[in-house]
Amino acid sequence: MSLTNDQLQAVAHLARIAIEPDWTDALRSDLNAILEQADKLGDPRLNELEPMAHPLDQTQFLRADVVSEGDRRETLMAGAPAQENGLFLVPKVIE
Amino acid sequence: MSSNPQQSASGDSELINASIAQLRQRLESGELRATELASTFAARIEAIDPRLNSLISRVDPVGSADADGRLAGIPFVHKDIFCAHGTRTTCGSRMLADWVAPYDATVHDKLSRSGAVLLGKANMDEFAMGSSNENSYFGAVANPWDEKAVPGGSSGGSAAAVAARLVPFATGTDTGGSIRQPAAFCGVTGIKPTYGRVSRFGMIAYASSFDQGGVLAKSAADCAEVLGEMAGFDPHDSTSVNRPVPDYYTTLDDSIAGLRVGVPKQWFSEALDPAVGDAVQAAIDELRAAGAEPVEIDLPDADLALAAYYLLAPAEASSNLSRFDGVRFGYRCEDPKDLQDLYERTRSEGFGAEVKRRILVGTYALSAGYYDAFYLRAQKARRLVAEHFDRAFEQCDVIAGPVTPTTAFDRGAHSSDPAKMYLEDIFTIPVNLAGLPGMSVPAGFVDGRPVGLQLIGRHFDEARLLNVAHQYQQRVDWHERMPSIAVDSSNQ
Repeated sequence: MSLTNDQLQAVAHLARIAIEPDWTDALRSDLNAILEQADKLGDPRLNELEPMAHPLDQTQFLRADVVSEGDRRETLMAGAPAQENGLFLVPKVIE
Repeated sequence: MSSNPQQSASGDSELINASIAQLRQRLESGELRATELASTFAARIEAIDPRLNSLISRVDPVGSADADGRLAGIPFVHKDIFCAHGTRTTCGSRMLADWVAPYDATVHDKLSRSGAVLLGKANMDEFAMGSSNENSYFGAVANPWDEKAVPGGSSGGSAAAVAARLVPFATGTDTGGSIRQPAAFCGVTGIKPTYGRVSRFGMIAYASSFDQGGVLAKSAADCAEVLGEMAGFDPHDSTSVNRPVPDYYTTLDDSIAGLRVGVPKQWFSEALDPAVGDAVQAAIDELRAAGAEPVEIDLPDADLALAAYYLLAPAEASSNLSRFDGVRFGYRCEDPKDLQDLYERTRSEGFGAEVKRRILVGTYALSAGYYDAFYLRAQKARRLVAEHFDRAFEQCDVIAGPVTPTTAFDRGAHSSDPAKMYLEDIFTIPVNLAGLPGMSVPAGFVDGRPVGLQLIGRHFDEARLLNVAHQYQQRVDWHERMPSIAVDSSNQ
């Protein structure tokens, strides 16, 4: 299994990461070295096993359906790179 | 022995090597004031850390004078992955270089209530992705035993700070070995508890089904004290486990006579540096001398565990790190021309190379058409590895082996080959896949660099691990050795 440059660009787009052109070849070769390890997962012993998503077989607990946090909008928005009137600012989306 | 504040800013060696219990006793007797203790360690940080770079931020001590918890007045640093309200919390990334946490992690809340005094935020591999602490936006960290060597990662700053005696303990997190491996490389004691034992609330997520907070300290006894304060059910963490936390300290002195110690035969193979293997074998012999009964066990497929982890963890990371979009918090690129450009350049500039590699691997593994071949197969491999541990624990009570294949490697040695760097985690990752508790305990030196003994227990068997580690530490003094950077400066 190895990535082509086109596939790399497609994945980078899905991940919303711009890849600097001068990094593409080195990056592709690193990713292919990593993905090469995944060939081991073709091991036939795995075929019949149940996938394991979580180390403990526990069910999700539910908390009481009450407000616990209150309004923390201002505090939480203080770390935003751009904001105005309690709204996050982004470049114009609709012309 | 004096605790005279006029003494050298770097503190006296007895004070900096004292256990938490000894410090508490001196604080309670009034012989030592909490403010003196904090300023002693703050001065050591000031004097020594410029050579190590173990901290990203220093924090002015704000201990409450009337705290009477178990850790009242005991200084510590957090791995900079834990939110502490009002402190800069960077996760080692440019993405969060200026981000100030708006709330407390549960771990921070619990340690604060216990009276512990935060002195700083420790350096780490960016978003906890790395095994050498070379992936930090805030620069690499030096190993206190040999400044040419890496301290390990990702909790490398925490391990280096404890090894250099800049603080009595530090928090860490362990997703694939990130407490145990740096603890081994820096010659300190570290424990990664069972998945679900310590709350993940306010701990910045890397791979949520593996991430687990824990402690790095000088000894198993100190780890026992701190873990008891950190652990416990938290309704804010949906994977937190609701079961009582034992007092780990009270069982430290239990005898380990008759304890069956499983030694995985596959781990003592050509992958292991023979000198490291000898040190680990000597540690197992010491456990035998204390009455334990080593038994050979089978623990195959470490290479499969590694392959599964390096798909599953990146897959989870690709999802967790999607929140860093340049909109809601953290870094944003200059002059984005549209929303797409904003996302793509923010993430390209805000994340370092290894984080980008893992996000891309994870995105690929989860993308349409590849899910079954990668993610699902990796989850099946996770099951296989967990079943190997189940079978092993039918024959033994704890498992003992190496933490890492080698001692700390030189800075720069693996940084050009990510796939090779991943091999560093071959003995630690299987434990995370199964969600088991694991420890690293100092077990000697090879060419001046520390070796770690790994202890692995059944789920929620932290008390037993700490007991075994403490019994071992009653018989050896590896954990009391200090690197010269810690000792020289205390004689200044």
